[in-house]
Amino acid sequence: MTGAGNNQRVVVIGAGIVGNSLAYHLTRLGVSDITMIDKGPLPNPGGSTGHASNFIFPVDHSKEMTLLTLESMRQYKDLGVFIESGGIEIARTDERMQELTRRVVSAKSWGIEPVELLTPEQVKDKVPFIDETLILGGFYTPGAGVVDSLRAGTIMRERAIEAGLKVSANTEVLGIDVEHGRATRVKTTKGDFDADIIVIACGAWSPRIARMAGASIPLTPMVHQMIDIGPVPRFANTTGMIEYPIVRDVDTNMYERQEGTGLEIGSYAHRPITLEADDIPSIEESALTPTELPFTQHDFDPQMEIALDLMPEIVGDETVGVKYAINGVLSVTYDGMPLLGETPETRGLWSAAAIWIKEGPGAGKTVAELIVDGESEIDVFESNIARAYSCQKTRTHIVSRASEGFNKMYGIVHPGEQWESDRRVRLSPFHEREKQLEAVFIEGAGWERPNWYGSNAGLLDEYGDRVTKREAEWESRWWSPIINAEHLAMRDRAAMIDLSAFAIFDVVGPGALQTVQNVAMRQMNVPVGRVVYTPLLTPSGGFKQDLTIMRMADDVFRFVTGGAYGMSDKKWVADHLPEDGSAQIHDQTNAFTTLGLWGPRARDILESVTSADVSHTALPFARWKQIEIGPVQTLASRISYVGDLGWELYVPFEQGARLWDIVAEAGAPHGIIPAGIGVYGTTGRLEKCYRAYGAELEGEYNVVEAGMAWGKVKDEDFIGREAHLRHRDEEPAAIMCTLTVDDHTSSSGVKRYMLGHEPILTRSGEPITDRKGRRSYVTSAGSGPSLGKYILMGYLPPEHAEVGNQLSIEYMGERYPVTVATNDSTPVFDPENARVRS
Amino acid sequence: MNVLVSVKRVPLTGGKIVLTDDERAISTRHLGFTVSPHEECGVEEAVRLIEQHGGSSTVLTLGPPEAEEQLRDMMALGIDRAVHLVTDASNEWDPQATANAIVEAIRAEPDPYDLLLFGNESADAGNYQVAIRVAHKLGLPVVTGVKAITVESDQSVRLEQEVPGGRDVYVVPMPAVATVKEGLNLPRYPSVPGRLRAKRKPVASSTPARPQPQLEMVRLVLPPGAGKETEVLGNGADAAPAVVKVLDELGLL
Repeated sequence: MTGAGNNQRVVVIGAGIVGNSLAYHLTRLGVSDITMIDKGPLPNPGGSTGHASNFIFPVDHSKEMTLLTLESMRQYKDLGVFIESGGIEIARTDERMQELTRRVVSAKSWGIEPVELLTPEQVKDKVPFIDETLILGGFYTPGAGVVDSLRAGTIMRERAIEAGLKVSANTEVLGIDVEHGRATRVKTTKGDFDADIIVIACGAWSPRIARMAGASIPLTPMVHQMIDIGPVPRFANTTGMIEYPIVRDVDTNMYERQEGTGLEIGSYAHRPITLEADDIPSIEESALTPTELPFTQHDFDPQMEIALDLMPEIVGDETVGVKYAINGVLSVTYDGMPLLGETPETRGLWSAAAIWIKEGPGAGKTVAELIVDGESEIDVFESNIARAYSCQKTRTHIVSRASEGFNKMYGIVHPGEQWESDRRVRLSPFHEREKQLEAVFIEGAGWERPNWYGSNAGLLDEYGDRVTKREAEWESRWWSPIINAEHLAMRDRAAMIDLSAFAIFDVVGPGALQTVQNVAMRQMNVPVGRVVYTPLLTPSGGFKQDLTIMRMADDVFRFVTGGAYGMSDKKWVADHLPEDGSAQIHDQTNAFTTLGLWGPRARDILESVTSADVSHTALPFARWKQIEIGPVQTLASRISYVGDLGWELYVPFEQGARLWDIVAEAGAPHGIIPAGIGVYGTTGRLEKCYRAYGAELEGEYNVVEAGMAWGKVKDEDFIGREAHLRHRDEEPAAIMCTLTVDDHTSSSGVKRYMLGHEPILTRSGEPITDRKGRRSYVTSAGSGPSLGKYILMGYLPPEHAEVGNQLSIEYMGERYPVTVATNDSTPVFDPENARVRS
Repeated sequence: MNVLVSVKRVPLTGGKIVLTDDERAISTRHLGFTVSPHEECGVEEAVRLIEQHGGSSTVLTLGPPEAEEQLRDMMALGIDRAVHLVTDASNEWDPQATANAIVEAIRAEPDPYDLLLFGNESADAGNYQVAIRVAHKLGLPVVTGVKAITVESDQSVRLEQEVPGGRDVYVVPMPAVATVKEGLNLPRYPSVPGRLRAKRKPVASSTPARPQPQLEMVRLVLPPGAGKETEVLGNGADAAPAVVKVLDELGLL
């Protein structure tokens, strides 16, 4: 979405923490015509804000969530509604103690300090009413605290009213008019409100309101149980709201925190209880508020036992009563991330949903910026509502995943963690073949993708010591040494890789070239037959995406992008189509499947199944060509994300299985193997230092910093051009570097392998921060089997971005020495790129 | 001494009451359940009497299987045991049938009760009959509308009945029946240990046969225009004079 500017009529539906902060930030950005409506009364209209537990722990493994939380805390503090109480996540198991060292790592990577690991006695010191004999330790965040979210919302609303915000409470939405695909009017019990932009900030009700406009906000209301007990004798002389640190008993999925003279106990441990947005009772029918549903005691009984054991002095006190107990309703999504941005179904209809208290004001600011400027200070690509594929917006999927995720709210979640529910929805045409080859599947963008193939286990003997084994269970999870063996076999011979998860869309029409020139950084006025790898930039020159575009015809361009953010990319391009309709976008994702064929024997194999000339002269690098492979019309695109000779072979989806069989049969004499995403996404990519969107490339970093500012800037205008030219003139604040690990040996003698997001420190252990205040951390990590080294990527300030510079990585409570291997886009494997150009 | 308290599972309603399609019950799709405030006071009184005098307290209900929730809630407050006369949730029992079933249950109990407490009326049907019918059948004295209970000796109890302008005081021999009203005491909140103990306390269940009803509720009617009217008196300090005026009108100043 290009920024709509501030001359817009905006209607914000919902007066919770999100709606209020959004309205406030819109006025701050100069939008003057804003109306906020809510069906409830003010200041507490009865949504989830009104009963939230209101505490904030800033440290999260997700960078995006952490940034939203930190921005929210900053605003809460500015508003004077934040009480810093500190917070402790306690550990009951050894596995959790290890997890707490990961929390320390995330805190350092995202720059949240100080944090500290505590012994049980130190926990007892801070929380004297805890039974410290039940725990092994704690992770202490002194900066954690409690906010008054209702007060924050009120202050922001009042400030916005001073700037012209109109507020209509007790106003229920009856419908939303959509004209020519654009939402134009909100119909309510108090009349109609015309609007250019309508933002749904209705928390658990959001799906229902979105449906009125033909759009989907894929979240489900869920129940979170909490009780308040009191009065607690120990808290009798409390003056403030909270004087003891909040305790998160993460191993039991519970929390306990002081609230005045009482203690609040909350739980994510009970059975997942979902409901439909339409099933939330009306304000009039509710005994309390619509989102404070009747408490179901039997679901909470086990949690009472746990709390009693942990804090017997308070919870076991016969004089302390249960004064309030609710099944609170909150919003949960299918992937645990918020839903921000314009809905892909209906123009002008925006979502600011699935936000909790800790992200509220940050999300409000972000959505306001997206509306006005078309991009936000915090890059929320993981929260972009446009990311969801249609199968991910079904009620079945949302409920399955939200229910599965609910009990993991405080879980120890592995970076490669896999969902178990509602799998096998998107199956490639190769799927049956892959199952026969004992593929171990991981999910990506809803697809079942082979991570490695059990049938390749024999390669482990072939490659022996060249394949690293991992001793520690954590790093062996969702991983196999077979990945590294597949990699070596690809480098020696050839591999075929299922790339069905690609998102593919065509931009077509007389205005296509201009559209593509506008969104793509690189020159797109190229001959038909060319494949261009290009960044798409935001207006401020950050990364929106990197992808390849094939010129199919004079007026047809085919975009191929990763599955994960494919739908977001499609929307970005669609948002920049000319108003006059001279270019259109066509989604081809489910029309084509893609098989990667790479390795030194790839040409031998391809030549044996096609009569077309696929020699280097006839089909050089970065070109595509239509060829026949047996009966299958195939588009062969000569590019590579793994750094070897070969092609992406695109065929009609239903002919994929035939293509697979032909290539597999022809490849057999050449020793071809099927290789999984472990090779494609990690080992092959990292040896070539190829950057990945979402890891190395994101809105916070620019092209120069990413080391991708090669060649001259095209004369034609494109989004982010001005900023990009400026970035070329200035000294980059950080530079993308590749590092290798010098020694993996931990103090126990077990070799450990970091998995990404660890802080990059000096050899003496000092954090590294660039002049823009960004911490250096590992963006990607993985084996480089051909190199015989473990490879890391990360941004370093210029003074550290020197080849040979010796640094260290903190991982699981220990430091490991690393060395900078490259400080530009030169690959650590095959630096001349001889293989891809052979 | 042995004290029995009878309670009834009723919906915990919000502002607006919604009826079922057949208009014979309150729709409970979104509602939790509770007992009447009168009964809560009866339970509190029973717990206090046993704390003071020793003995045992029992809570009794006639209601659907789900009414065990209310029995556990009451035991969480300190009641020792429960008697559950399990009914089919789809049929309301009339006061006569309810009283007969309770009398049968009381007669079947191993130990006699010294004091039988009821709420003055149920929160939903409000027939005001069950306690009186039980007392009559058992041949026991009954005092209604009780706001204070004092056990004077092993044999007698002092029951104070609220009447307009004052209180009528009765001293009656035990066993006796009393229907109590909200205000009798200030009921406690359950403690967490109380909650957890309640899970393990005994519930004696039986399933009495439902006799042909003598009294059948045909349908419920919602009073028209039963909405709340709210008047905003002003904002901040400006509202003070209007608030004073209202308080004055209410005779509170």
